[in-house]
Amino acid sequence: MDFRNGQELLELCEKYGQPISEVMLEREIHCGNLTHRQIEERLNRVMDIMRASAHAPLTKPRKSIGGLIGGEAKLVHDHGTSAANVTGSILSKAIAYSMAVLEVNASMGLIVAAPTAGSSGVVPGALLAIAEEKGLSDRVLKSGLLNASAVGYLLMRNASVSGAEAGCQAEVGSASAMAAGAVVEMLGGTPGMCLHGASLALSNLLGLVCDPIAGLVEAPCQSRNTVGVANAITCAELALSGVTSLIPFDEMAEAMYQVGTCLPAKLRETAMGGAAATPTGCALCHRDKKES
Amino acid sequence: MNFLSIFDVIGPNMIGPSSSHTAGAVSMALLARKMCPAPIEKVTFTLYGSFARTYRGHGTDRALLGGILGFTTDDPKIRDSFLLAEQAGLEYTFAVDEETVTDHPNTADMDILCEDGYRLSVRGVSVGGGKVKIVRINQIDVEFTGEYSTLIVRQTDKPGVVAHITQCLSHYDVNIAFMRMFREDKGATAYTVVESDETIPDRILEEIKRNPYVHELMLIQI
Repeated sequence: MDFRNGQELLELCEKYGQPISEVMLEREIHCGNLTHRQIEERLNRVMDIMRASAHAPLTKPRKSIGGLIGGEAKLVHDHGTSAANVTGSILSKAIAYSMAVLEVNASMGLIVAAPTAGSSGVVPGALLAIAEEKGLSDRVLKSGLLNASAVGYLLMRNASVSGAEAGCQAEVGSASAMAAGAVVEMLGGTPGMCLHGASLALSNLLGLVCDPIAGLVEAPCQSRNTVGVANAITCAELALSGVTSLIPFDEMAEAMYQVGTCLPAKLRETAMGGAAATPTGCALCHRDKKES
Repeated sequence: MNFLSIFDVIGPNMIGPSSSHTAGAVSMALLARKMCPAPIEKVTFTLYGSFARTYRGHGTDRALLGGILGFTTDDPKIRDSFLLAEQAGLEYTFAVDEETVTDHPNTADMDILCEDGYRLSVRGVSVGGGKVKIVRINQIDVEFTGEYSTLIVRQTDKPGVVAHITQCLSHYDVNIAFMRMFREDKGATAYTVVESDETIPDRILEEIKRNPYVHELMLIQI
């Protein structure tokens, strides 16, 4: 029961009358090395780590080891209850969580790479905020994680999730597509809607460059994660409304990969372009050298 | 293509900030530790390429030391590995080499002295997503990942040694996934690396050692 692309995934969902999460679970049981019980246990562990990393910095901010970030998640979270809150409760929570996970990551805390460490805030940010605000059970949250892993698997297999290979579009873009598909399933959308949401999310972030200041997984990575979350939630809303992506998911995944191959090396994690190459970005880089 | 699991996508569970510069560093040092026959007394790390330039901001130093201390990639103790190394009486130094060009940008050498006087020099590379390879042992180029149970044999390059190793493996019914021999010169020191999907029984070591050209064995179990 394996699938190699989005089209085959949808055919399996159709054939068995199952959501993407169930097909992904069956695939793991039949083609992988884990039993159903082991998968459940590991998903529980993933949820625990995601929750801890999304919540801890909201009350206990911590400076990153590179010194560029720390405390942003608490600021955004605290602002969520202010009269000047712009985004509303779901998005406000989701972006605060995504920043929190990046803060934990950058201060040598425990996170789940999803699909990478640099993009690790997007999936927990979106999924935990939706689950909490909509009162969804852990079972639904786990189906979201399985759905996200199906989309992420296809992008790892058929495109790339590496910033060094294909830019931030491959990291935060992929994470955003994973989260979009997952949110659609968690809120009752069909498998087809999930992949429309994922395809829209990918297309919105095509071309996004990887330009880490001083080569650190801190900035602009942390705020890029909030864009990944906002994009995921927006695209899930579109898909659940019945809006479709003109370009099918598989073609969009290939487009993302092709765009990645066109990006110059400067914009693929080398810290030699984009925000990293600005005068301020360079000064921050040299500051790191001086300290060492 | 290797099977991609749910937990290759939603995972690994790791101490940040970087799968290549932090999690990978832990894994390569943990492999080096597993190759040692006795507790480690002293270790010198030499960092190359991107490791050399950005190790502080990525915690690569703490991660490498954490691996030598036996921590896995998701162990929060990695943050405190300097302190924990001191408490354990483990001596460590870090050297940075920005001049030497290595094949892979994320490369580290680990020169280890064990309590029994045994010395081991291991070069690891972090190839992305937390995956690593050991590419050099005591000046001889090798290649293995530690994702399988791995048997490493140091031998003199003489006829019959590899046949002896495979006979022993066959005797214990070990299914070989990959097997390669690495050597510098004909008749000199060579390493045979055997990787298996299953646990390789410890008892096999005694039998392999019976060959006079076999000098040393290391066993890394998954």
